[in-house]
Amino acid sequence: MNKNSKGLQRAMTAPFTVWMAIFIIIPIALVLFYAFTDANGSFTFSNILSIWEYRSTYIVSIELAFVATVICLLLAYPLAYSISRMKARHQQTMVLLVMLPMWMNFLIRTYAWMTILEDTGLINTLVKGFLSLFGYEFEGFAMINTNGAIILGMVYNFLPYMILPIYTVLTKIDHSVIEAARDLGANGLHVFTKVLLPQSVPGIISGITMVFVPAVSTFIISKLLGGGMTYLIGDIIENYFLGNTGEVNYNVGAALSLVLMVLILISMGIMNRFDKDAETSGGGLF
Amino acid sequence: MKYVSRFYNFIVFAFLYSPIVVMIVYSFNGIKSRSVFEGFSLQWYKELFNDAVIMKSLYVSLLIAVLAAVISTVIGTLAAVGINSMKGFRKKLYLSVNNIPMVNPEIVTAVSMMILFVFIISKSNTLEMGFGTLLISHITFCIPYVTLEVLPKIRGMDNNIYNAALDLGCPPAKAFLKVVIPQIKPGIVTGFIMAFTLSLDDFIISYFNSGSTVQTLSVTIFSMTKKPYSPKINALSTLLFVTILILLVSVNLKQMRDDAKKKGAKK
Repeated sequence: MNKNSKGLQRAMTAPFTVWMAIFIIIPIALVLFYAFTDANGSFTFSNILSIWEYRSTYIVSIELAFVATVICLLLAYPLAYSISRMKARHQQTMVLLVMLPMWMNFLIRTYAWMTILEDTGLINTLVKGFLSLFGYEFEGFAMINTNGAIILGMVYNFLPYMILPIYTVLTKIDHSVIEAARDLGANGLHVFTKVLLPQSVPGIISGITMVFVPAVSTFIISKLLGGGMTYLIGDIIENYFLGNTGEVNYNVGAALSLVLMVLILISMGIMNRFDKDAETSGGGLF
Repeated sequence: MKYVSRFYNFIVFAFLYSPIVVMIVYSFNGIKSRSVFEGFSLQWYKELFNDAVIMKSLYVSLLIAVLAAVISTVIGTLAAVGINSMKGFRKKLYLSVNNIPMVNPEIVTAVSMMILFVFIISKSNTLEMGFGTLLISHITFCIPYVTLEVLPKIRGMDNNIYNAALDLGCPPAKAFLKVVIPQIKPGIVTGFIMAFTLSLDDFIISYFNSGSTVQTLSVTIFSMTKKPYSPKINALSTLLFVTILILLVSVNLKQMRDDAKKKGAKK
């Protein structure tokens, strides 16, 4: 390629450079700035230190997101495996079926669970109706506004993000490798632990990331299905910026966001250590 | 074993689809209840179309999605061409910046942009949060997806054709339009569709950056979830679901037909 066209190609990044500098880099710099200053703009550590008050919120958020991620992984792996072993034509249909709910609006999907889990909702009405046939009085399950409901909402909303990357790596595994392992005397468990699992690590890692990050930072699921009983870190951040139930304080909100961002970067750094191929496949400074 | 795995798949899909089925069934409910179904009726659909707030926010959502998709596709495609020609540290830097909105939790991206907008607005008297800030924020989170969608297509492109065009005296800009763009078109189209759907589906970024004057459909749905139950939401969801279903199925059928044609041609 001659020099002239190289210059042209460089120039093509100009809109991107300007746009990302103004709307990605500067905002993150502002988050840093706000996190370390007070309302008058003078330097302070008090915002960062005040986060100690919210340590239990961070812990609850991480706990719920962790449980949801593990459940997603356990649910997704067998399904992804069985799809990857189907005929090509069926695979396409199944992938479409996995993706279809994702195209539904996130709020609507979560809202639908409210309908089902409520005290006067579908499950309770059905169970009560069934038991009353035998003359039993039943008060109904308390499902909505519990941590269980929040986890269910997370699993439901993010499950496809776990299925798809695992499915993608599993389709790339050569089936003859599995047959070879079996011919050489490996049992089902060995085939899984020695052949399938090691080769599906990249898919599992991107699945975990794609489920854990939105789950740990959500504020909608906890609002709709947790009924405001459990505050997650996303709820606290939302409150500091929009002040729906408390005072608006961008400085503390920025500090909370900063800590969340750093926590996620650290956990992704740890995750990527498990993925030996990460260095060759991705190009990133992080 | 086969039956066990089939049964398992059925259970997972039942889990994925049961809320959607429930939503659809209750959209035809004759009474305003989430649990009791009494008589088939279309009244909620009628109310939906007469709801000015919902219709207005649907219009805003579609307009934002089209504009954000067009602009982010242009910026992202150009960026992908440029990034592809880079090497070493510079390339890593650009890819990392591109990754920031994808790696960061959405709420952090949302509040960071909100801080910027509020900061700028506080310095001026005329500006306010609204359509402009909403559009900017949508373009921003769509760009990285377009870039990553187009980049592999450029990498896989045969550069000799482009160079041949230049050698034959074609100006670089024209060669880009006539030679490069057609070769990477599939990536551009996928990027555009992704940007469009991401924008249409977004709630978190819109919630923080739309101000109080403009509402996207997601924001309207959110405010409806806080009010007493109305099956209008179900009617709206049903219509959205059917639209998506038709779109996806037709795209896939077309793809299958194209694949079949290719196979036929090879024979």
